Amino acid sequence: MSTPVSSTTQNETSGTSRSAPPILDIHDVTVAYHERPVLWDVDITLTEPRLVGIIGPNGAGKSTLIKAVLGLVPLAGGSVSIFGGTAHSQRRRIGYVPQRESVDWDFPVSVLDVVLMGTYGRLGWFRRPRADDVAWARECLASVGMADYADRQIGQLSGGQQQRTFLARALAQRADIYFMDEPMAGVDAATERVVFSLLQSLRKEGKTVLVVHHDLRTVPQYFEHLLMLNMRLTAAGPTDSTFTADNLRKTYGGRLDVLEAAADALRRRQKSD
Amino acid sequence: MSPSSSPRRPGLPVALVLIPATLIAASAWLLPSIAAYTSALVSYNTIVVLLGTTLLGANAGLIGTFTVLRGRALLGDVLAHASLPGLPLAVLILGRRSFGAMLGGAFIAGLAGVFLLTLVRRWTRTKDDAAMGIIRSVLFGLGVVLISFVQTRDVDGGKAGFDSYILGKTAGMLAEHVRLIAIVSLASLSTIVLLYKEFQLTSFDSGFARVQGWPALVLDNLQMGLVAVTTVVALPAVGAVLVTALLILPGVTMRFWTERLRTLLLGSAVLGAAIGAIGSSASATFSLLPAGPVIVLVGVAFFVFSLLLAPRRGLIARQIAQQKFRRDRRRRRLLATLYELDEADGGENDWHGVDRIASRHAWSPTELFQVVTEVELEDLIRRRDIDGAGQLCRLTTAGTEHAATIVRGFRLRDALLDQYPDQAVLVAAWEPRDFDENLPPEQLASLEARLRADGRLPAVPPRAMPPADGLEENRR
Repeated sequence: MSTPVSSTTQNETSGTSRSAPPILDIHDVTVAYHERPVLWDVDITLTEPRLVGIIGPNGAGKSTLIKAVLGLVPLAGGSVSIFGGTAHSQRRRIGYVPQRESVDWDFPVSVLDVVLMGTYGRLGWFRRPRADDVAWARECLASVGMADYADRQIGQLSGGQQQRTFLARALAQRADIYFMDEPMAGVDAATERVVFSLLQSLRKEGKTVLVVHHDLRTVPQYFEHLLMLNMRLTAAGPTDSTFTADNLRKTYGGRLDVLEAAADALRRRQKSD
Repeated sequence: MSPSSSPRRPGLPVALVLIPATLIAASAWLLPSIAAYTSALVSYNTIVVLLGTTLLGANAGLIGTFTVLRGRALLGDVLAHASLPGLPLAVLILGRRSFGAMLGGAFIAGLAGVFLLTLVRRWTRTKDDAAMGIIRSVLFGLGVVLISFVQTRDVDGGKAGFDSYILGKTAGMLAEHVRLIAIVSLASLSTIVLLYKEFQLTSFDSGFARVQGWPALVLDNLQMGLVAVTTVVALPAVGAVLVTALLILPGVTMRFWTERLRTLLLGSAVLGAAIGAIGSSASATFSLLPAGPVIVLVGVAFFVFSLLLAPRRGLIARQIAQQKFRRDRRRRRLLATLYELDEADGGENDWHGVDRIASRHAWSPTELFQVVTEVELEDLIRRRDIDGAGQLCRLTTAGTEHAATIVRGFRLRDALLDQYPDQAVLVAAWEPRDFDENLPPEQLASLEARLRADGRLPAVPPRAMPPADGLEENRR
């Protein structure tokens, strides 16, 4: 049986590499809450599979961008296409890791139940997960190091374990493009390592992963491509040329603590070069 | 992993639920024949009422559970109160009283109330609770006014009967009503069995469900429709004011006893049935009592019982767990403090004043007595009275080993956090011996080397690690 991250069928992988439509095309997108714009004039085109970090200060619209792309919040203007289609038409190829705080962890389901939810999209109406779906969900759990927790109620998990459960659920979706909303916020070092190596192996499988990320220190290490947001796109491109002091100032303003963390990361990158 | 080893066999449990439920509901059509057999014991009317309220409770418990899980209990209450004007309106429009038309009117009015609420939410900045409060009370008031109006018009014997829709009355329940309840119960049960997976997903994480392409809004509205139907058929028996309690209580009560959604749904249905049956029997026995309040009080009895006595989630269990946590905390502090005092004096086990330790940790005399007695009984310390006032205590050999393990754990943790401050959340829950198991050997060795260099590594015999005996404390 295949590992969770190498599950794509043949035509899906080859489809992404040679076909004409870009993986993700965000065109002139504006999002507003109560007639107040929170994100405007965002243009992004991704043609090659990439590990993409989405960074920016609090309230910059990072989560909003993901939600707008996925159709969870309405667009006030602009258009989005994923693999040349709408998010709804491409839903079987989309994996999603919402923010951990977005659900009630006291909900009476087990870890395995949550991971099985990743298979529901393919199951369709009325059909229950079958034995092979359960086996698949257990594999996805094992690949985030949570095999022993399958029968735990989700409220009894630590924050990092909850995050891993969400990751396993996204893996169970067998997607080609993943959207992850702060998967490394408030997790332990072990979980962060798991997330990072997962991102790496997804990337090796030719998947595209967009990750909302908050820790500037790890940005150059984790991502090959960056989207820098502050209510509008302030910079986008390969991390090497985008993660610069100039762009950071444009995105974060003059906030010293942030710039110091970034400078730290820059120094370390130079040292390793 | 072979497919046959899977614990999930969806077919059997579904049949286990559906078959008995269908049989019970089907008995609504066999009421006269059942009554013929049992008439020696109970009257036909009693059986009608009993079956009706049992099904009503089961249905409300089942449907209400999802309402509770989604935090929408108050929405059900808005619906119930808003349904009241529908009853007199149906009479006014038709010009006569018809049971079916009145329930239909209540159904439409209830959903209209919920719709009104969504409008207020969307188009005004009124806070949610205020919006609910306004719509609930305004529509209920409108209902009462309309009922008075219809009663003054005296349409087709309209004088009597409306009261039961407010506070509930089961005594006069008709077989026709019971059959309606049976149909509604079977319909909602089949919907939930059929859409179990879909309801589970959208209730837990509607954002994820929508990304997967599920029409969350349609499923939501379907659930709301089930709540509306359930509410409306329960109106004559329980009354508009108290229907919500019948919807909420079973789910909330069962949640104390289970962590599984299937068990919760099944259990809530069974508990709802029991509440309905017991409540209506009690109401029938003491004929002055209105059925609605009695049914609700029976439900509350189950709720309070669970609230207090449920294992793990119950108040008493949680109190005990908290006390144990605090006791373990004090115990570790006592041992660690004695160890560190000895360490400061050069390592010999020495006598130390108990009161000084107590004031250092702000322990009350009771807490101090408790912890010292407990640790002395474990043979970890010796205690000695001194003339005048106070006591002294000293670590035994076993106590020293035990205390060394604890102190070593504390210091390893602090050393680890000096290097990795962001790991505090994870490490806070570690037991003293967990460091040996959870840390990579080379990292453990380097932490120990650092402590040893400062002369702060307690000598722990290799096999002296005590078993885990409680939760870790946070050291100041």
